[in-house]
Amino acid sequence: MVETKSETKTVRFIITRQDTPDSAPYDEEFELAYRPNMNVISALMEIRRNPVTVQGKHTTAIAWDMNCLEEVCGACSMVINGKPRQSCTALIDQLEQPVRLAPMRTFPVVRDLQVDRSRMFDSLKKVKAWIPIDGTYNLGPGPRMPEKKRQWAYELSKCMTCGVCLEACPNVNSNSDFMGPQPLSQVRLFNAHPTGAMNKAERLNTIMSDGGLANCGNSQNCVQSCPKGIPLTTSIAALNRDTTIQQFRNFFGSDEV
Amino acid sequence: MAKNREFGNRRLHSLLGVIPIGLFLLEHLVTNYMATKGPESFNSAAHFLESIPFRYFLEIFIIFLPLIYHAVYGIYIAFTAKNNLGRFGFFRNWMFFLQRLSGIITLIFLVWHVWSTRIQAALGTEVDFDMMAEIFSNPFMIAFYLVGVISTIFHFSNGLWSFAVSWGLTVSPKSQKIMTYVTLIVFVLLSYVGVSAIFAFV
Repeated sequence: MVETKSETKTVRFIITRQDTPDSAPYDEEFELAYRPNMNVISALMEIRRNPVTVQGKHTTAIAWDMNCLEEVCGACSMVINGKPRQSCTALIDQLEQPVRLAPMRTFPVVRDLQVDRSRMFDSLKKVKAWIPIDGTYNLGPGPRMPEKKRQWAYELSKCMTCGVCLEACPNVNSNSDFMGPQPLSQVRLFNAHPTGAMNKAERLNTIMSDGGLANCGNSQNCVQSCPKGIPLTTSIAALNRDTTIQQFRNFFGSDEV
Repeated sequence: MAKNREFGNRRLHSLLGVIPIGLFLLEHLVTNYMATKGPESFNSAAHFLESIPFRYFLEIFIIFLPLIYHAVYGIYIAFTAKNNLGRFGFFRNWMFFLQRLSGIITLIFLVWHVWSTRIQAALGTEVDFDMMAEIFSNPFMIAFYLVGVISTIFHFSNGLWSFAVSWGLTVSPKSQKIMTYVTLIVFVLLSYVGVSAIFAFV
């Protein structure tokens, strides 16, 4: 990097904007002075300070979501140069210009780059992605989890509900009510936990209902796109095996719960 | 559609593609291959199949009903997807797209194929070597059959791969990768069988 050159260098952005959830999207172009170590979020903040397009038009500040700024919360996901990813870890030095920013359209757009990700949280509620330990009396300690299994489960627990896998999936779209890979992998996580396993059949039966596991078409875009490297397609295939057994159990098995 | 039938419908779709449709495809390709041994071998194989007992029962329950279900539900699956190869050009995403495309091509091919052979047979035409040689006297039909047969074999081979995933047989990435190679070999070998049968009539 040549220090003196950075003074004159600029960064161009083409940003897809949308004023209301129902209005038509449109593009606006911005040009910023380059600064070392810029990321997409710092650029968006820069635009917010002075929202003027390259044509010199004064416009509104761009709306986007962000929170942790270290790729663990998932809030700042957007489509950057065609790929869904977190804007906090999208470094300008590593991006081709002009940098194109667009919202993840798999989700309802709230405004500009801000989307409503609640469908994923609704899915987590639907599949009961938690371990029920509340009771009216002290239930005592649960069964132990082997350390090796805990380390393995930790990888699945890295999911930050960012929505990148849903955006990448060709079967998650307005034609289908597929819940997508994200809640499915959480089913595997909570079914693997020794206490969570007590509700295993319940979770499996939930993902065997409409909009569930069977909608997966094995494009495997999710596992390629997941920023946390979660083995989503292994989770899906493992759940396919579990639900194969569960469906035989449901049909041929006894009435035992 | 009734509520919560999706899982069962999908699993049935996956199963029927292999049993019985896939098994019938194998039988059909092997019978066709008899044409490379000369018209007499092909004719005797075809006449043997015509004379098997319970022929109509078997045709309806082993071939036509499973095929119609697989086709109708398959069209629904294919048109539910929104392909995104432009943004995600991964190998498996290509296979996802080609599986749906080859399904549609195969269906168009099969409608024509059943019309020009089985239905003509029902209307009194003799199904034999000469009938196929007559069809292949048209170069367009050779091309059409090549596309149709290869598309069918691709759909079957890649369908075997997703069958293995959908039923939870291949779970680990390694087993899925090996299955990719296995189904690729199946595709190449069956394509050889299918294509050499076509050229036996030319």
